[in-house]
Parts: sequence; C-alpha cells; structure tokens
Amino acid sequence: MYIYDQFDRTFLQQRVAEFSDQVERRLAGQLTEDEFKVLRLMNGVYLQLHAYMLRICIPYGTLSSAQLRMLAHVARTYDRNYGHFTTRQNIQYNWIALKDLPSAMADLATVGIHGIQTSGNCIRNTTTDHRAGAVAGEVDDPRVWAEIIRQWSTNHPEFTYLPRKFKIAVSAAEEDRAAVLVHDIGLRLLDDGNGRAVFRVMVGGGLGRTPFVGKVIRENLAPEHLLSYLEAILRVYNAEGRRDNIYKARIKILVHELGAEEFSRRVEAEWESIRDGYLKLDEVAISDIRSRFRYPDFEALQDAPSELVAALMNPAFARWHENSVGRHKVPGYAIVTLSLKPVGGPPGDATAEQMDAIADLADRYGFGEIRVAHEQNLCLPHVRQKDLPELWRELDAIGVATPNVDFITDIISCPGLDYCALANARSIPLAEALTERFADLDRAKNIGRLHVNISGCINACGHHHIGHIGILGVEKNGQEFYQLTLGGKADENAALGQLLGPAVPYDGVVDVIERVVDTYLDLRQGEDEIFVDAVKRLGVAPFKERAYVAD
Amino acid sequence: MVAPQQQKLRVTGPVAITGNSLAEGIVVWRTADGTWSRRMSDAAVVSTSEEALALLQMAEKDGINAVGCYVAHVATDSQGRAKPLNLRERIRTEGPTVALPGQV
Repeated sequence: MYIYDQFDRTFLQQRVAEFSDQVERRLAGQLTEDEFKVLRLMNGVYLQLHAYMLRICIPYGTLSSAQLRMLAHVARTYDRNYGHFTTRQNIQYNWIALKDLPSAMADLATVGIHGIQTSGNCIRNTTTDHRAGAVAGEVDDPRVWAEIIRQWSTNHPEFTYLPRKFKIAVSAAEEDRAAVLVHDIGLRLLDDGNGRAVFRVMVGGGLGRTPFVGKVIRENLAPEHLLSYLEAILRVYNAEGRRDNIYKARIKILVHELGAEEFSRRVEAEWESIRDGYLKLDEVAISDIRSRFRYPDFEALQDAPSELVAALMNPAFARWHENSVGRHKVPGYAIVTLSLKPVGGPPGDATAEQMDAIADLADRYGFGEIRVAHEQNLCLPHVRQKDLPELWRELDAIGVATPNVDFITDIISCPGLDYCALANARSIPLAEALTERFADLDRAKNIGRLHVNISGCINACGHHHIGHIGILGVEKNGQEFYQLTLGGKADENAALGQLLGPAVPYDGVVDVIERVVDTYLDLRQGEDEIFVDAVKRLGVAPFKERAYVAD
Repeated sequence: MVAPQQQKLRVTGPVAITGNSLAEGIVVWRTADGTWSRRMSDAAVVSTSEEALALLQMAEKDGINAVGCYVAHVATDSQGRAKPLNLRERIRTEGPTVALPGQV
C-alpha cells in the first residue's frame, strides 16, 4: 500500500472544495454547461443515458480495505448499491446525481480517493498488473513507477489540454498482464542482461476506431530518465497531435502518420534538451517513493501446508484452488482472484455488501490490501496458503468464488447500451447469456483459457480487438448486430483479432460462439493448445466455415 | 460511436426533444408549454426538422433545468403521444434491460 503524505491530502481537499464550488455555481446557473462540462470531466463526471456517471480513480488498481469500504459507502449512499470495475482498474457508479457529488467526493477524499483525470483530454490512470509486488519474476514492483508517473501527471500544467485522452500502462513481469502494447505509452521494465532494470518504451498502441499495436521507440531507458522521457513524448504529442478531427487525435495516429522512426527522432530531439533537468530522478526521490509502499510482514512459511492439502480433498475447493489461486513469490503465500463474473449476472460489478465483506476478508486474510484487475475481477494479492480453505468458504458465501477465472465465462464487457450514451448495442445481456450457455464448470474447464471481450460500440471500452473472441455491437436498421473477431491477444505478443464473417443478429450470437468453440474442441492439438493458439495455427477459415452453418 | 447530439439532424418521422435533468441526470422530455417532464407521453411531438431545431434551440437555452438535449425519433400512440421507437429510447424510458446486481 502506498502511504500518501500531507501534500496529497491537502491537494485533494482543495480539489474537492474547488469542484464543490463549481457544482454549486452550475446548479445556480452561474456556469453554463459548456463552461462546466470540461471541469466536470476533469473530475470524472460523465452524463450517460439514465444519470450522471462517476468514474473513480484507483491508482494502479491498488486499494486498502478502508478505501474499499468507502467505495461501498458511496454505492450505498449516493448510488444504487453497487459499482462497476473497469478495464482500466477504476470503478464506475452509474446512478449519481450532480447535486450529491460534493458530498460523495468529500467522503471519498477522507480515504484519499478521487475522480481526478479519469476523463477529459489529459493523462488518465496509469495501470499495471494486478499481481504487482506479489508475483514472482518481476524486475521491480511496477507500482513504484506507476506512482512516480501518477505524481508527475496529476495536474501537470502543460498537459491539461492534450489533443485527446492519454493512457499509460506499465508492467515488470515476463508475462505482460497490463496490456501495455495497446496503450498510448506502454512501459515494460526488464532486466538489461546485467542485472540492471531498464524500461522498454512503446508508443502509439490503442484500440477504438483505428486499433494499433504499440511500436518500440526506445529499447533500454534508464529508470532515472523515465519522467523526462515521458515528458518529451507528451510534448511532441501535445504540439503535433491533430486537433482538427476527434477521431484522428490520439497519439497512435501521429505515430502512424509520421512512422515510428521519425516520431522517435522528434522525441529524442526534445528529450536532449530536458533529460538532465529537474525531471531526472535521483536515488533519494525514488527511494522516498519506494519507502512509502508498505509490504506485508511475511512469515517464514512452507508451501502446501497441511491445512491446504487436507482441504484439497474437497472437490469444490480443489476446483476453485486450481482455477483462482496463483503462485506468490513468497513461500507459503498465494495470490487469490475473486471472480466478479457470476453466471447470469453482469460482469465486473460488486454490490456494496460484497465490497464490505471483501474489505473484511482482506483485513483478516490479506493484510488489508485489494487489487482491481483490468479483466474486471478483484484480487487479494497476499494470502497465506493455510488460510485458503477458510477464505474460500467465505468468498463462496458472498458469491465471488466462481471458479471461472480466465475461462470463457470470465467475460470482459463494457456497460453498453443499457447504460452508455455512446453505445450502439447492448453488451451486458449478451455476456449474461454467454455465461448461462457455458455455465457448466467441467465444460468451461475443458474449453480452457479463452478471453471473450464485448464492446457495445467502436470506442472499444470492452477491448474487443484484443479478445481471443472479440464481440463488437453495431446497429443495422434499428436492430442490434454483432461483429465477431478471433485471435486477438492482450499480452506481450499482442495482436488484433481477425473478422470471423458477417455480423450476427443478437439472437444468433451465443449459438455462433458455441459453434466456434466446438470447432476449436474438434481441431485442437490436445488440451494444451489453448483456443487463441489454435486460431493462430489454423487461421479463421475453419471457424468461419462452421460458425455460420445453421443446425 | 457518435452521440446523438453530434449527428446531423435528419427528421424522418415524429420527433421530440429529450435530455437529462441538471441536478439528478434523470431523463426528461420537452413539453409543448416549454417545461420538462419525466413522462415521455408529455413530450411535444413535431415532424419537420425546422420545428425540431426550433424546439431544440429553446430547450438548450434552458441549461439550468436540462442538459445533453437532442432530437429523438419517437413512435406515437393512438392519441399522438410519444412512446419509444427504438431500443435506446426504450432503455432511457424503462431503465436497463438487465437486473441490477443484487436484484433478483
């Protein structure tokens, strides 16, 4: 957990006071909507179909139990008793009233939480792997660097009015679980071969209308230069990014139009003049931030304690353990994923009661720490293996122990037309129907790792381009249709999905997906070849052939 | 996706002006006497783009009461009152088509 200091607390109090005043003046008619809109966006307040939507920032997906309890309080007091966790590790409330915002934000500020820069043309939440600091094989805890980026990017005076939104992600493990290759800037912290940590810098990744995989522009950036280098990239983008067309305004368009080489040259030129200035990070600054991250006092424990071994005789526990529990870098500990993907329920939501219960469980079993995964699940990153049986019973009782993590029913979905003013089609009921068709746990396990991503419009908030199966909602003659893609990947070998065939009407989607899955089961080279690898080997054609044949 | 407010106005049938109330964000409909109602059936219905634009401009001036105003195509009942024509307006009128978490 990062411990904020007085500077952060004061800043937040001042921001809450400022925004509260802006809300009061808007409600009194002293500010027009045009004047107010850009201000409310900077605090994460959108207008959606039914109400305002408040997007709260969860820096690098890390929460304390006190913070999670406050999120529950806001859901209960100002919303309809639940919140939605997003693909950028944030939380959204769908039913907020503008007049309640000053009060809600004051409450959130008491535990250091806010909606600053979760919207608008500025640098958004820097995201990372939800297992950061717990999983083995990391060069360093990427959250330290995400915090450094957070401090630099918050209220940055030069980058408050960028051509468009800007998203940064950082990871430090061999397996990238932060989707860095589809971010405006993606950072991978790697060992340079001599035991030194360096950043590989990618730019111009992104999804939406024109998806791109990011391009490497610098292979080995010394960490002390991280901020000056990011500043150089943002300066080039701020100056040269397009402002004439909202659909061509992201940095990915600039990188594509200039080419990675020319873009890199301009960044290096800008960087030369600032690299040794005030943004150069010295050891003292880095150590100070690192020291504000508190890690658990781990006991000296053994793997596979007797309590765990005995409990594995219970088939239901064993199934959950195999699915939802991951290896921790410290012996005797484990990383636990809490599935927010109940069969027949909306993906990625938690009720206020669930949030409170999870906060309590985090205190009892997890050193008071919770993570938000961009796959829209939650995670307790530091749990003693001997506590897993008891924890499982309690997670199961509150409905967050469905053993479907990374399976076909672990669907990533945007809110879609049920909530969002931008959507063409609904996504949530489709996700629910899919979870019902594949509800059988043995069947889901047999199918294996399969990421389904659903977006209700081309803005791709469900990240459909990088889904193993991607689903994009479109509108044709007033009807909901869905374009399906196969073979997208979100990891260090990121790839965009390929179109399967003609768009499918709402009523046909689940059947088509079932036929695609059956094709995979018939053609795979054994259980070890997961769906996305089979698609890569076979191409889309054999799936297309069978997907569209009616029974 | 382009939000309705940003699309070019093409009136192909009955339309009404809708938005969200400033303080709560609740869906509201512009009435013939220049107020806002939460009931879609109270909406003023017109059928030409000139009338629609005029109504929209009046509505937008009323920023103290409603925001995010746009022209929505509607269906009408036997008495000419507005009712939802498409899925989007049906959802705005009736709420999400899915149960909220924790609801049965």
